[in-house]
Amino acid sequence: MATKTKNNTLKLKFDTSWSYSPAPESKSAATIHKQYDLFIDGEWQKPTSKKYFDTINPGNEEKLSEVADAGTADVDKAVKAARRAYEKVWKKMPAKERAKYIFRIARMIQEKARELAIIESLDGGKPIRESRDFDVPTAANHFFYYAGWADKLEYAFPNRRTEPLGVAGQIIPWNFPLLMAAWKIAPAIATGNTVVLKPAETTPLTALKLAEILQESDLPPGVVNIITGAGATGAAIVNHPDINKIAFTGSTDVGKIIQRAIAGTNKKVTLELGGKAANIIFEDAPIDQAVEGVINGIYFNQGHVCCAGSRLYVQESVAKEVIRKLKDRIESLIVGDPLDKNTDIGAINSRQQLETIHKYLSIGKKEGAEMYESSCRLPGKGFYCRPTLFTNVAQSNRIAQEEIFGPVLAVLTFRTDDEVIEKANNSPYGLSAGVWTDKGSKIFNMTKRMRAGVVWANTFNKFDPSSPFGGYKESGFGREGGLHGLAPYLNLVN
Amino acid sequence: MAPARSLTVIPDFTLTARIDQVGAEERASRFTKRSIKKDAKMNGLKLVLNMIDLTTLEGKDTDGKVKQLCYKAMHPHDAVPGIPTVAAICVYPSMVKVAKKALEGSGIKVASVASAFPSGQAPRDIKIRDTKYAVSEGADEVDMVISRGKFHAGEYNFVFDEIAAIKEACGDARLKVILETGELGTLDKVRRASDIAMHAGADFIKTSTGKIQPAATMPVTLIMLEAIRDFYYKTGKMIGMKPAGGISKSKLALHYLVMVKEVLGEDWLNNHWFRFGASSLANDVLMQILKEKTGVYQSANYFSVD
Amino acid sequence: MEKTSIKKSSISISENGIEKKASAKRLAVLKTYKIYIGGQFPRTESGRYYIPTNAAGKKLANVCLSSRKDFRDAVVAARAAFGGWSGRAAFNRSQVLYRMAEMLEGRKAQFIEELIQQDAGKSKAEKEINLAIDRLIYYAGWCDKFQQLFSAVNPVATAHFNFSVPEPTGVVSIIAPQGDSLLGLVSVIAPVIAGGNTCVVLASETKPLCAVTFAEVLNSSDLPGGVVNILTGRPAELASWFTDHMDVNATIYCEKDSETKKMIREKSAMNLKRVFFYDQVNWYTAEGQSPYFIMDSQEIKTTWHPVENIAGAGGGY
Repeated sequence: MATKTKNNTLKLKFDTSWSYSPAPESKSAATIHKQYDLFIDGEWQKPTSKKYFDTINPGNEEKLSEVADAGTADVDKAVKAARRAYEKVWKKMPAKERAKYIFRIARMIQEKARELAIIESLDGGKPIRESRDFDVPTAANHFFYYAGWADKLEYAFPNRRTEPLGVAGQIIPWNFPLLMAAWKIAPAIATGNTVVLKPAETTPLTALKLAEILQESDLPPGVVNIITGAGATGAAIVNHPDINKIAFTGSTDVGKIIQRAIAGTNKKVTLELGGKAANIIFEDAPIDQAVEGVINGIYFNQGHVCCAGSRLYVQESVAKEVIRKLKDRIESLIVGDPLDKNTDIGAINSRQQLETIHKYLSIGKKEGAEMYESSCRLPGKGFYCRPTLFTNVAQSNRIAQEEIFGPVLAVLTFRTDDEVIEKANNSPYGLSAGVWTDKGSKIFNMTKRMRAGVVWANTFNKFDPSSPFGGYKESGFGREGGLHGLAPYLNLVN
Repeated sequence: MAPARSLTVIPDFTLTARIDQVGAEERASRFTKRSIKKDAKMNGLKLVLNMIDLTTLEGKDTDGKVKQLCYKAMHPHDAVPGIPTVAAICVYPSMVKVAKKALEGSGIKVASVASAFPSGQAPRDIKIRDTKYAVSEGADEVDMVISRGKFHAGEYNFVFDEIAAIKEACGDARLKVILETGELGTLDKVRRASDIAMHAGADFIKTSTGKIQPAATMPVTLIMLEAIRDFYYKTGKMIGMKPAGGISKSKLALHYLVMVKEVLGEDWLNNHWFRFGASSLANDVLMQILKEKTGVYQSANYFSVD
Repeated sequence: MEKTSIKKSSISISENGIEKKASAKRLAVLKTYKIYIGGQFPRTESGRYYIPTNAAGKKLANVCLSSRKDFRDAVVAARAAFGGWSGRAAFNRSQVLYRMAEMLEGRKAQFIEELIQQDAGKSKAEKEINLAIDRLIYYAGWCDKFQQLFSAVNPVATAHFNFSVPEPTGVVSIIAPQGDSLLGLVSVIAPVIAGGNTCVVLASETKPLCAVTFAEVLNSSDLPGGVVNILTGRPAELASWFTDHMDVNATIYCEKDSETKKMIREKSAMNLKRVFFYDQVNWYTAEGQSPYFIMDSQEIKTTWHPVENIAGAGGGY
């Protein structure tokens, strides 16, 4: 009964006779309108240009809705509304009242959690299990966490008074649409700022749903304005003269453009950018948990994660075992309909991103690395990519250096602690890192020497509202989450 | 089954794989996120029923009780056609003969606990006689317990030798080695005990006697399944798995099935390699099967209690 | 302008930079003002010099007109020193900064002389050196304390221990305040190195003497070579190199020049340097010192680790 392949190596069979039936989440629990306008000054306003663009379901390429394309005039309207709300209402409001609005928003997100999760998976392609169990609850928790800070800021910065900055322009990516909106909005308004937020053009729907929640929560008009559009809209926000703070999460390239654009202004800026995290497995690691950590590290959210553990460093003595286990584990990952509750890897967010990933797969092969991908079948329509890993990767390979932002793992080996520290830090990025070992003193050595803003030891891809997140080096600056996430939205006054 | 590769080297059991508990629990809970619906549910429920070692291990067990249980094993719910039998009946050695006779011709195995079950606190020769008695009475399978005291004292060779001796006493009967994980304390020790048992000749490894809490849990079973997988890759030899105690609901049993499917795959998804040690699980599975067939939620009053 | 009042001065500089004090009984030995890179005192590799003058029009010295290559070499030295310096016990860094203050105190007279040459009145010179010494003491005390103030144990909801600590960002390029010779320089260097960074500093262009003498203080105060590198020269020439070098992690600029500030922001985008403008700070007041200056060149690192049996264990509770 034991299965042997031709060359007499053992192989487990995961394509089993007992298999899971489709278990799709019901779309009927969510309401998506045919068309969305801009949420400015507490109202839905038509775009000046009267132009709208489509947002599609990357899981089947069908149109979900169309959203307004905000131009410079619309951005200006939104900024004016935010400024008015800042000066007339929000700045003056007692902090404890501000807090209660934010608590209320958190609760309403919880009440509409199922609907938000469905919309998130439809619009962005992520598996419903992740939207339901991670994105939406974590977003609600983020509001809940920062709500409580609003009237306690004097305790956060010793010997300083705090002042809000004013109007914050916030631009967020498509990988965690609702969660990133929460990461941006919650600390900004808790600290007394007002907001103009632009979701990514491929994933605007949960932010717009959030706008409905803000409206329902009676948040004063103009405190949070949510406007949709592509790069030009983002640029208009960055360049608007009456914005005091830019917060951006996205690619390092765009982060650099923003840094240049605000030169010569007094705008403050926080950037959460790319990464190429090293995940390091030592021979004494809890291997099965490490393998699971690597799987979650790179295949979580289709690998569309800036802190994804995309470079795996395995100590040579356990490399064969680890690679075998990774290959087995990949076979049990289910790729398919994002709305199916059993899906582990959903749809790639856009055709463009799928093409980028494919480009890197061919680069990897050309570079001489050995590619292994899951044997799973992919749906006929929609943007899908099998979980993939490359072995025989060299440090100099592009697949080991550049951010792919997809379910693609580069596996490298090492021999000594010093060697792996040097290799792991050998990157312009410094967002996150992972270390797996059973030895306490080694953990502290490694976590100290990793030049990265978040270091996971014997775990990976963990997030919490109370835990600061952000990068070293070209992964950006400023922190989001926790006590340290307050400072980017405040002036400290003597 | 392919013959095992020779086990030339017995490893140093102090160096068995390390387990991070939090990570193991996260992984285990991930299996519970699988949604088992429609055909998958019906097929899964039947598979679960067919994997049950229907168990009675009580001081007050009588011939009559065991006979009734055997009937239930062969005819779980005759009102509905197409319901499989359970895998085995699990009893004390003194009840083996009764069970064997009652199950004659059914294909259902008789498993007997042995080796001073449940504490294991007896000299080796008594354990061996206990085992030999069970086998001589007709037991197809023997469920032994390891000496947890010796294990905690670090006397791994003692534990190893004892398992090997009882395996020898089993003859053709398949040996299930109960680790009594509820007394081991950590997942690291579960893994270590699993490795000792498999290297010493176990055909199955089993979590619990059912007399100690906690009995089977998903993280413990996961660690044992992973130990089986690693042993298989190392030796080519398949080892069976039996979680026992505490699995009384169909939904939980299906989670275990998911775990077997995703850790070991097709070859273990049958009652030759995977068993549930349980007494009340069977009726819950039957209720769920009926619910699936009729679309109506069921009452315990309609299912025989044996 | 106050040259006549400097009775005890042993140096005075003539038009061509050569000592020719008529009353001196012996010919005084002049000091060559060199730059400080990697614990060494080279001349600029360019061989160039400039002659700053004081308000009275007197020439101060032949000062190294540092080049971009001097800056490049200094960054290499600073990068090399970073591992060792950031890896030292904070307590040890504290002792080194204290030692710097001791050395500065010991050479007070020399600094007062130089400050006076560079247009300070005597009482202002004394005030400046005293403040500079005290500032070093202030930051010496912070070395092993700011981490406690700005760290956090974060109460995450999962079974993990999670903490955030500040860590130095790396190599920092600094264009020191141009308005004075010593206090501004010390005020920007001290918080950067107190936090474990290394730096390359461009001294005041017009008042460079104290910067070079301060380098001599550093050299005699247990500060490892390369932790602080001091160049003299022209901000207008070097500012762009200070901000576009790819191996510099942060940059500090203390002047109000808006064109330069814009250029710094733009160029620093190349590798996303952290940029800090200290153009509103009065270094002579309490606002000239605070642990928040240290935090500017710190990164926050957050570490996670699982906690076994966090709520499941019965024992011990």
